[in-house]
This record gives sequence, C-alpha cells and structure tokens, in this order.
Amino acid sequence: MSPKYKKTLLVCNGCSCQAASNVDLVDFINVKLKEYGLDQEINAVHSVCFNKCTLGPNLIVYPDHVEYSTVTKDDIDDIIIQHLLNNKIVERLVFNEVYEISGTEKKQYRIALRNCGFIDPEEIEDYIAKDGYAALAKCLTEYTPVDVTQEIIKSGLRGRGGGGFPTGLKWEITSKSQADQKYVVCNADEGDPGAFMDRSVLEGDPHSVIEAMAICGYSIGADKGIVYIRAEYPLAIKRLKIALGQAKAYGLLGEKIFGTDFNFNIEIKYGAGAFVCGEETALIHSMEGLRGEPTLKPPFPSVSGYENKPTNVNNVETFANIAPIINKGSAWFAGIGTEKSKGTKVFALAGKVNNVGLIEVPMGTTLREVIYDIGGGIRDGKKFKAVQTGGPSGGCLTEKHLDLPIDFDSLSAAGSMMGSGGMIVMDEDDCMVSMARFYLEFTVEESCGKCAPCRIGNKRLYEMLTKLCDDKGSPEDLDLLRNLSVVVKDTSLCGLGQTSPNPILSTMENFFEEYHAHAVDHKCPSGQCKSFLRYYISEENCIGCVVCARNCPVNAISGEKKKVHVINQDTCIKCGVCMEKCKFDAISLN
Amino acid sequence: MAVIKSVEDLKKLKSSIEKTNQKLIAENGNKKLVEIKVAMATCGIASGAKSVMEFLIEELPKRNIMARVKQTGCMGYCYAEPTIEITMPDEEPVMFGYVDTKKADEIIEKFIKKGELVDGIIPINYVLAT
Repeated sequence: MSPKYKKTLLVCNGCSCQAASNVDLVDFINVKLKEYGLDQEINAVHSVCFNKCTLGPNLIVYPDHVEYSTVTKDDIDDIIIQHLLNNKIVERLVFNEVYEISGTEKKQYRIALRNCGFIDPEEIEDYIAKDGYAALAKCLTEYTPVDVTQEIIKSGLRGRGGGGFPTGLKWEITSKSQADQKYVVCNADEGDPGAFMDRSVLEGDPHSVIEAMAICGYSIGADKGIVYIRAEYPLAIKRLKIALGQAKAYGLLGEKIFGTDFNFNIEIKYGAGAFVCGEETALIHSMEGLRGEPTLKPPFPSVSGYENKPTNVNNVETFANIAPIINKGSAWFAGIGTEKSKGTKVFALAGKVNNVGLIEVPMGTTLREVIYDIGGGIRDGKKFKAVQTGGPSGGCLTEKHLDLPIDFDSLSAAGSMMGSGGMIVMDEDDCMVSMARFYLEFTVEESCGKCAPCRIGNKRLYEMLTKLCDDKGSPEDLDLLRNLSVVVKDTSLCGLGQTSPNPILSTMENFFEEYHAHAVDHKCPSGQCKSFLRYYISEENCIGCVVCARNCPVNAISGEKKKVHVINQDTCIKCGVCMEKCKFDAISLN
Repeated sequence: MAVIKSVEDLKKLKSSIEKTNQKLIAENGNKKLVEIKVAMATCGIASGAKSVMEFLIEELPKRNIMARVKQTGCMGYCYAEPTIEITMPDEEPVMFGYVDTKKADEIIEKFIKKGELVDGIIPINYVLAT
C-alpha cells in the first residue's frame, strides 16, 4: 500500500496557534499547494495541539520530521519552494530538525503510567508480555525480604499519596514489627476534587498494583493484601477483580508462588467515598467496619494497624512504581528526579489550561513546563493567576513560583504541598476568596466530626469566607480568619484538619489584596462573586416600558408605566434577566 | 490456563504470548495486522469511546481490513477524548484525538486504506520507562 500523499503538513490546531494566525493555515496551504500543482502529492491537515503555544503557529512536515514554528501565511511560499520542491529546509523557521511524529520535545517520562493506554487491562497476557510479574519472580527467587526493602530504600521512593514518607522505611518498620499476621493495604481512596491518577492506574494497569502488593508482602512478611477502594470507581473495581481472578488462575497469587514458600492473597474492601478515609488510620477503621475516623498516631499502622496487626499502607501510584524499581534497579530510579524526591510524579492537570490531561513528569520539572509546555498554556489566551496543588489540603502557587522545580520539599517550602497530584490551574477570572471557600465547603462536608477544631473551626472559617463573598465582610474578619486558620491547623487531630486551612492561608499570603478588596473596598476584583454586582437602570434611557419589571423573577423592580424604573438592591438576585430583556440599553452593570 | 510454578514457566508463557501474536500475523498471509487501541477508561467511555470501539470492531471486517482492536486504559489526553492509537504494519503508532464514529469512518477510509493523515493527530509527548 503506498500512501496517497507523499508528504503531509500537520498544522497545529491549538487555539493559540489559531489565534496567532489571521487565516486558517490548512485551507491557505491547500490552496497554495494547488497553485503549485502539488495537491495530488502533498496535503495539509489539522493536528491536535503540539504544546508549543508560545511559538505558534506551528507545523510539522511529515514524514520528514521537520518542525517549523512562528509560521505566517507569508512563509508558506518559502516552505513550498524550498522545502517541498527543493528539499531544502527553511532554516529561519526551523524549531527542531529531528522532530519525530511519536515524540515532541519530551517533557514527560512515564514509570507509573508505563502500561496505561498501551495494554488491555483485562488481559493478564498483555501485562506479562511487558515483563509483568518478572519483578515478583526476581524478588522471590533472587532476593531475601531484606534485600527487597533495601532496594526500595536505596531507590529513594517516597509515598505518592501526599505525605511523601519514604516507602522503603515504612516497609522496614513493618517488617521489623513482630506478629503472627501482617497486612499489605493499598490505599485507593482517592478523594481530592479533580484528581484521578489512582483511578487511571487501576483502570489501565491493575496488575502493576497487584504485583507490587505481593512484592511488599514478601518484603514485610505478610500473606494478605487488601485493596481499599471507593465504591464510586466501578470500572476500576471491575478491572481489578478481573485482574485478581487472572493472577490467581495463573498461580501468581495464592499458595507457593513461583514454587517458593511465599503465599499471598488479595481481597477488596469498598469505601463509601469519604475523604477522611484516605487518612491511613481512618482507612483502617473503615476496613474494620468501624466509623471512618482517624486516631492519634502513634501507634503507627506499621506497628498496630488493621485488626491491631502490623499493616503497611501505600497508595496506588506508589505501588505502580515498585516493579520498575526491582526490574531496573534502585540506582536507575534514584537517578531520576531531584536530590530528595526521586522518580516521577503523576499529575491530573485540570482547570484553565488548554490540554487538560493525565501527565507524568520527573520530579524537578518546573510548573512552567507543566502548565505551558505540556498543558499548552492558559485557555483563551488569558493570563495565568495561580495553580492549586495538593487539593483541599494544599495551597496555591503564583506566577513567582512558575520556575520552581516541583518536588515534595520545594512545594512545602512554597506554602503548598505535593498532595496526591491534583493540579488545578486558575486564570485572571478566578476569585481567590471564592476558591478558598470552595475548598472549605468541601472540607466542612468531609470532616468526620471527631475533633472540635476541625468540626467547628472549619465550619466557622467557611462562614467567614461566605460572608466575604456575599459582600457582608468587614476588615475585622480578615484577622479572625487568619487566627482561626492557624488554630485549626495547630490543634486538629488528623491530617484533614491540620491542612484544611491551607487554601485560606496561602491565598491570604499571595493574594491579600483580594481579601482586602472584598472586606474593605466591597469589590470582587475578578468579578466572580456575584454579590458585588449591581444592576442599575439609567434615567436617560429608561422609557418605562415595564418589560424588566414583568420579567424580574423576584419582583425587585418597581416603577409606574412610562416612568423611570428602580431596582431594589436588597431583593435583586443578580440574575441579569432585566438586562437581557431591556430593548433600550437602559440597564447596566457596575 | 497453565499454572505458573517457576520463573521458567513465566518466561515460557511470555514467549508463547509473543508467538501467538506472530501466529496471528502468519494467518493473515504473513502480513501484519493493523493494531488499534482505544482508550477505555471511565472518562474515555463517558465521552463515547465504547461506541467508537464497537464501530471499529463491526466495520473493519466488513471493509476487509485485518485489524486487532484492543481496549486500553487512559492514554492521558483528557482534552482530546475519545482517543485511539493506530499502528500500521511496520510503522510507528499514530494517535488520533476527538474520535467519534464519523471520525473513525474517515480514519478507516483515509488513513488505514490510503495512508493519508487526517485532522486530529496528537503529537506524543512522553518517554516510556521500558
């Protein structure tokens, strides 16, 4: 089969490339090709965004693997004459001569997601063909349990659920705890709003988690594994169940695995989707059939966890990193990332970026690379304002943090946290007070209610933020808000309350002027908080047609026929119907 | 399904899986199959991947194309769901975004049959740790 076209020009269809060009380049090029009599051999098509928005408009000549940037319609003749007719690259426009269609400038490196999107998660054979279960085989036949633990310690892997505790150390502590029964628990209770890393791993590569749990079991001396997963993930549960069945059928789980004396079985326990159950002590209580409430540590689960037995709890993504570390060695893994944070991190990149997606980058990648190079920049050409990392427990980072290399410690130092990997990007239209309120609303709903600071404190914080957003705030509220945030943070029992005021504290730190505007100037600078809006009827334009009054859903507009109408600001719900219905442009917004 | 009792068994199984894949190719007159992967995570399915996959499974044999259509997990391109990846025999994989059944039809007719690239290609931007 010979391709119809010898060459194809792939033109980036991202909105910033489109905006940077005043014509549709694809149509323009195709017309030009016809003029040159090349339209039977060469064509141009739109491609999905190349993520090089600052250099747009971009295009690639395929299969020559040449990438041109900042191409305007005036450059097309040069590209056709020089490149297409005479095979000479147009040097001044070249971005990258060795461009491969299967690899732009590769910022991403996939370890945890290595099989996600490449294998059929419901076929164990696909996983085995990708060296699946080879790491387990290696551990059981070549390594002692201590060797395995040492390998994980040396790799420098830290827990991907949020805390960043060294995984190898956790395994070591659990392995040293003496007991007749130990457990390996996989924490798949992913609860951050906008985060879906763990779901994707379980849906795309469930065997990688199963294999790693067995390796962990061997290392710490446990023969039972439990996956605690929220019932809200039905497809992940279905695929995990299929995977468990297949692993059992092949004897990769069960008795005498690989002919050794190692036995390991995994069962699934369902959570009801409570955020606090992601905290390991609460998770263990939930598994025991008790209320999902945290308890004070120590004792740590590594010493006394599920059914009071030593229990090693790791997050899904942490487990997904284990098999490659065993297969390729700890030195390989330790060679990726920064000094204290090794390997990669998966992020659910969401919010106001062009290319929302599931990404995996080496630790130490900057926020700018994530947001602009991978995320394709801010949607609709708007200005970047902040990015929230770490979900409701994290904080926001601003423009001054864009070149910060991302790792556990740099994010904490900047007043945010790594968290499980949610990354929500905000633009100039987002109000930071209202954003903080959104997260507090979430925490108030998810607080288990066991300790007073979290149960009552967060509720009061939420009320204060609501007051500010509803234009009922006063300058005193700002001090109260900050003081109470610190109290809740310092006195709460578990991680939920200890981190829930973070969105408030970090937005107050970075965007104090917005809080000031809400409380003192009675303004919402981004215009997002509706309470600050005022609709007015202009005396000049109003002819008293009564259309606005008739359409107002709350009867906030009064006035006699043929006389100027007035809006009662106390009753007005700022729905904007009056402005929409007025045919005389008499209604305006402040 | 033979139980794996040793490391050797695992290696044997791995090579037999590779052989099965080659056998499939031999049955196809020694021509390799077109490989198509459809991103079928919850989010992919929600945006219509399932009907695209069903369409491909139904239509490809009708149009005399020997292909293997596979479901996979998330490919990571949330903004361009549903996404599919096509590997033509002895070629590099090409990824397409925003694939509905209409687009899938165009991909079969233009890309698979004629090797012509169509709108909606996603440039791949990661390296795999394999």
